[in-house]
Amino acid sequence: MSSISRDDVAHLARLARLAVTDEELDRFAGQLDQVLAAVARVGDAAVADVPPMTHAVPLTNVLRADVVAPSLSRDVVLAGAPAAEDDRFRVPRILGDAE
Amino acid sequence: MGSRAVGSDLTTTDVAGLSRLLTAGEVSAVEVATAHLDRIAAEDGALGAYLHVERDSALAAAAAVDAARAAGDELGPLAGVPVALKDLVVTEGVPTTSGSKILEGWRPPYSATIATRLAEAGTVLLGKTNMDEFAMGSSTENSAYQVTRNPWDRDRIPGGSSGGSSAAVAGHLAPWSIGTDTGGSIRQPAAVTGLVGHKPTYGSVSRYGLIAFSSSLDQAGPMARTVLDAAVMHEVIGGHDPRDSTSIDSPLTGLAAAARAGAAGDLRGLRVGVVRELGGDGHTEGYEDGVLARTREAVELLASLGAEVVEVSCPSFDLALPAYYLIAPSEASSNLSRYEGVRFGLRVGDDGSHDLDEVMALTREQGFGPEVKRRIILGTYALSSGLYDAYYAQAQKVRTLIARDFTAAFTGVDVLVSPTTPTVAFPIGSRVEDPIAMYAADLCTLPASLAGLPAISVPSGLSEGLPVGFQVMAPALADDRCYRVAAALEAAQDAARGHRLLDELPGGRA
Repeated sequence: MSSISRDDVAHLARLARLAVTDEELDRFAGQLDQVLAAVARVGDAAVADVPPMTHAVPLTNVLRADVVAPSLSRDVVLAGAPAAEDDRFRVPRILGDAE
Repeated sequence: MGSRAVGSDLTTTDVAGLSRLLTAGEVSAVEVATAHLDRIAAEDGALGAYLHVERDSALAAAAAVDAARAAGDELGPLAGVPVALKDLVVTEGVPTTSGSKILEGWRPPYSATIATRLAEAGTVLLGKTNMDEFAMGSSTENSAYQVTRNPWDRDRIPGGSSGGSSAAVAGHLAPWSIGTDTGGSIRQPAAVTGLVGHKPTYGSVSRYGLIAFSSSLDQAGPMARTVLDAAVMHEVIGGHDPRDSTSIDSPLTGLAAAARAGAAGDLRGLRVGVVRELGGDGHTEGYEDGVLARTREAVELLASLGAEVVEVSCPSFDLALPAYYLIAPSEASSNLSRYEGVRFGLRVGDDGSHDLDEVMALTREQGFGPEVKRRIILGTYALSSGLYDAYYAQAQKVRTLIARDFTAAFTGVDVLVSPTTPTVAFPIGSRVEDPIAMYAADLCTLPASLAGLPAISVPSGLSEGLPVGFQVMAPALADDRCYRVAAALEAAQDAARGHRLLDELPGGRA
């Protein structure tokens, strides 16, 4: 099992949309390396023929009738948004100047 | 009745007692609510159990109960009983933060099924309790808002992640409360504060409206001062909910009856398995002597009540902690992607100089605390292509091994027992910078979480003046066995002691 470097943490933070600070990178890299070392023991388990357990309850494809049910109104939902405009969620621009 | 005397008695009365007084008309719901709200106002500055107190609406709801009773309406036995909810239970119009700055100020537009069921039973919401941010932690120190203190020793943690709920109930600021348990977050805080806490069978209590941490593990349940009260709350909140696709469609009854039967003290015919891997021979590293001693005494007490006791080996339990700390962060990294600063909650950096990706990253950086970031990064790592099989998939297979160990054990015994957590409440600040030490608090609670099985923590006495918890685990949907065995232990200990353990709380009856 591999260890986790400062660069790995920076890459993962970017993937997870976390603008971590340099100080956090230093701290997290050390701590995550410790955690990873502690959880690496799962690799010792002999599980070649063991199916994964994704869920404690053996339920699949719970369906309901395809009928319209009451839902939250648009105004109620938008009231909780950080920014709304023209009855929609307002988002910052999604493209940079160069694009 | 003088109002002062009534006030102090009402906050130390258990739910069964409050229910009797309210039903008989000996006290009003407003008196009960006022007694609790006054005690919160006086004590919670020091304890830090509540993030939000609903004084006005609690008094209004209590007055409505009193008016209905005066008008001769048919009311349920819990009408007018106050309750506190962990702050990840979504409540319409009432602030709900999950202990995180990213949800500061959010007022949900709907309510969780369990909140609705408690309200329909006539209970009165006192407020929302503190917790580790997004339920990630064992001490409530990961709350973005405040430290919560253990009523038994205010320099120690109340457990976590449901530490506001445990402190509120043990500190007599609520007669009972809702906690949630992903890897032990009901049972461990109950254990270190001298309460009863039950994690139901996965799927037996609706997750609709619970802010998600690890969806294949999260389960809400009762935290109370007695086994009977916990069973009564479980019956109110449990049962099928079509809004939760993992909800089990079978009736949930007989829990309070099981608690009453257990309290009668006859355990003849019951087979109890003591799990060697959880504090038994060769597996005592990290366990305090006092915890092991109280556990042995509890087992002896069960035997004296007629139970047949054997030792059971569940070798895969040794891998529960590593499997959990891959599965839970993986699911969390996915669940917490919904906090993107667009639909609700915090938004940072939206000043025209940042694009959407940057605003998301700045929002999440500022809105999440260190433990949440650590787990998101760890989960993102464990799910990345090339590592998925070695980590996440491997952990899911280990989960199967743990479930198989339980299945094998339950062919020979009816319940399994262990300590709830290896130590008594530890000092505030002692494990904050050491995630591995913090995670060890979950050692005994993780196997039942991973297998989706019911497990209860019930007090087994004190060690160095601090409460110790005893865990009883049962097969899926056999939650009644947990209540029966826990109630037998509780009744026998109370009888031997001459009073309840919580009566020994320093200043508890002040």
